[in-house]
Amino acid sequence: MQAFCTPDNFNMIRYLMQRIIAFVPTLLGVSILIFSTIRLVPGDAIVAMLGTEAGMLTAVQRQSLEAYFGLDKPPVEQYIVWVGNALRGDLGLSVRHGQPVLNVILARYPVTLQLAVMAVTIALLIGLPIGVLSAVKHNSIIDLLGRLLALLGLAMPGFLLGTLIIFVLSVYFKILPNSGDYVSLAENPLRNLSQMIFPAFTLGFSFSASVMRTTRSAVLEVLAQDYVRTARSKGLLERIVIQRHALRNALIPIVTIVGVEIGYLLGGTVIIEEIFALPGIGRLLFNAISQRDYALVQGIALFIAFNFVVINLFADFIYTVIDPRISYAHDT
Amino acid sequence: MRKIVIVCLIALLTVLVGTVSAQESDNVLIMARAADTTGLDPHTQTAFASFRLLELIYEPLVNLDENLNVIPSLAESWAFADDGTSLTLNLRQGVTFHNGAEFTAEDVVATINRILDETTAAAARANYLSIASIDTPDDYTVVFNLSQPDTPLLAALATTNAAIVDSADVESGAVATVANGTGPFVLDSWTPEEVTMLTANPNWWGEGPNIDGIEIRIIPDETSILAALRAGTIDFALLNDPLVATLLIDDPTIVLNRAPSIGYHVFQLRAAAPPLDQLEVRQAISCAIDRQEVLDVASLGEGQVTAPLTMAAFTLPTEELFCYEKDLDRARELMAQAGMEAGFTLNVIAANAEPPTALSEAQNIQAQLAEINITVEIESLELSVYVDRWLAGDFEAAVAQNGGRPDPYTMYARYWQSTGNLNVVAGYSDATLDELMAAGRAETDPTARYEIFAEFQRYLAEQAPWIWLYVGYEYTAQQPYVTGFVPTPTDSILSLTRVELAR
Repeated sequence: MQAFCTPDNFNMIRYLMQRIIAFVPTLLGVSILIFSTIRLVPGDAIVAMLGTEAGMLTAVQRQSLEAYFGLDKPPVEQYIVWVGNALRGDLGLSVRHGQPVLNVILARYPVTLQLAVMAVTIALLIGLPIGVLSAVKHNSIIDLLGRLLALLGLAMPGFLLGTLIIFVLSVYFKILPNSGDYVSLAENPLRNLSQMIFPAFTLGFSFSASVMRTTRSAVLEVLAQDYVRTARSKGLLERIVIQRHALRNALIPIVTIVGVEIGYLLGGTVIIEEIFALPGIGRLLFNAISQRDYALVQGIALFIAFNFVVINLFADFIYTVIDPRISYAHDT
Repeated sequence: MRKIVIVCLIALLTVLVGTVSAQESDNVLIMARAADTTGLDPHTQTAFASFRLLELIYEPLVNLDENLNVIPSLAESWAFADDGTSLTLNLRQGVTFHNGAEFTAEDVVATINRILDETTAAAARANYLSIASIDTPDDYTVVFNLSQPDTPLLAALATTNAAIVDSADVESGAVATVANGTGPFVLDSWTPEEVTMLTANPNWWGEGPNIDGIEIRIIPDETSILAALRAGTIDFALLNDPLVATLLIDDPTIVLNRAPSIGYHVFQLRAAAPPLDQLEVRQAISCAIDRQEVLDVASLGEGQVTAPLTMAAFTLPTEELFCYEKDLDRARELMAQAGMEAGFTLNVIAANAEPPTALSEAQNIQAQLAEINITVEIESLELSVYVDRWLAGDFEAAVAQNGGRPDPYTMYARYWQSTGNLNVVAGYSDATLDELMAAGRAETDPTARYEIFAEFQRYLAEQAPWIWLYVGYEYTAQQPYVTGFVPTPTDSILSLTRVELAR
């Protein structure tokens, strides 16, 4: 407890507070941007719902639909009302789902979160060891194969790998873990994992390439440092040199790309969710945009932006853990 | 140590995969489709995806069979008065709504009034405007008094957009949320874009359903639907994309059902936009396009070249129609007559992926029209942008897939009557079309009606405001153990009531 009250920690807390306060303008900016963009897109909710049949509506019919979709007030007024409600935690009602936006998002969020965590875990499991191995056995056959794998991961788009996996599973093995019958982790963990493992692998595989390349170059750089030579000349085991000295010092760039990647993944992965029929945030957003479900689009965008800033903050925090030299003490 | 880990991983994976193949063994049909219903109010929906769910829950007064003949539903029989100014329907007795309330004439009155009320924003309201008042001599008879003879009214009632709802729900304003119909299936739960659960209605008046229920799953990617069929994890599927559906033609393990659609692919010229205002130019375009080639290129030949009317009872053999055979000499001659030998540039709008064939159709037309010096510029637009411009008549030409209706008047009055709501989209009207439409509406004799609409089609093909191309197929696919399903031109899946599962 005593240690908690050091000036250093005070500065840390002050720094955190500053960052959190800085959220507000960021989120406000995002909300204005998204509010105007979705309204600038031609075609309103009525056309999105009725298609060409919208042309058959009488003026009165159109007005009553506009009132239903909340389009009957001027945009500025709509925005002010929306921000006011959002500050009180009410993101409005999704016209398509007939439920509060926050409930709709939170119902889908676990899928996306689980997918992101699993994908990143798989990417790290593949990318880290191969990256380290590649760097240590620099220019060997292992390095070459590792780099080839990375190239494959980067070059192969997710929709291709996903479709291939589905094709092989369904045609040759006559199984398809997820045919639109997603179950949550709490309902049936085994079944849930069997549904999530393939999409997570699809996402994780391509990300593992970035992890591998980043790890490789970071470790290579560290291995060339004087302190590694010193460690080696002390007679330390190579394993310890790599684990304690090389890898730890190489972690910063890896944490950075993992943070960014998780941020992206939490925004949903439309294509993978479509192919594997997972009810995640990406599909929700995609459908909300095509249906011009304004409240839902705004809600999701705000939610994604919020995720991003939180994860950035978290990554910053991890830096200080990995590298005690990084401190926010004088960061004003 | 490592070997143990690998063995354990493999064992785990086997277990995981094993739990998956455990198929639900009960009598519930598992159905997959790419798009979900846009809502539960039967009167305001227009998307085909919505009808495919709501037609199982709600019922109209009359329905259509697979040949688009009007058949009894909640009304057992009906008759127009001799002068055509009233329509009397005798209602089925002993029918109950899913909430237990009895179905009577009062519900019909409440339903029609709800549809006619403009604030409901009912999609098919325009088709029922001739209903001036409704009499209910007793609980099981309704008489629609008409402001003018209106033969198409009967077939226009055969839609989920005119489904009968409980008068109590109309009063409480709950129609949009309760899904309280009289149909063969009861809605248990609806999770938008995920899954819908239906159970069989034990009190349904008809025969069946033979299954205990339906689980409708949304699988947004049709290739994944195909994979699910092949893996045997679903029993039945609705497919839209001919490129996906045709992959099943040679698959012996899956049954592919095809029915020619009444919706049609069309190349819309807007006669209001010069130089398309010249009859010769439009006719030249009609003569220059090989419709079969468009069908072959864009849709792999999956469909049939069609006359303006697509329903079997009214369609004409294409030989009877103006220039359905490609005739380049005649096309060039017509262009010369219009003083357009040098050609012109024609802007064509096409919606991005709606239908999936739109862009290939536009490109094939582009190539064909180049032969008579018309330079086609294709503008590929996002669907709602396309719809906006289409509705405003803000285009020169458009490739479109338009929905069909069982009755020719209901199908085309909106476009080809000068007072039609979508006449601005068609961009063409004349006195002959107005007369033919009015005559077709009032005529009750089937033979005379056929003649009127045959004339209508010949005239339309000759005036060439649109170039009708082809009808595609409505596709469904199923496992071989699913029997009794009857595909229809309207893509209705109501015959799922007759389906049996012999897993």
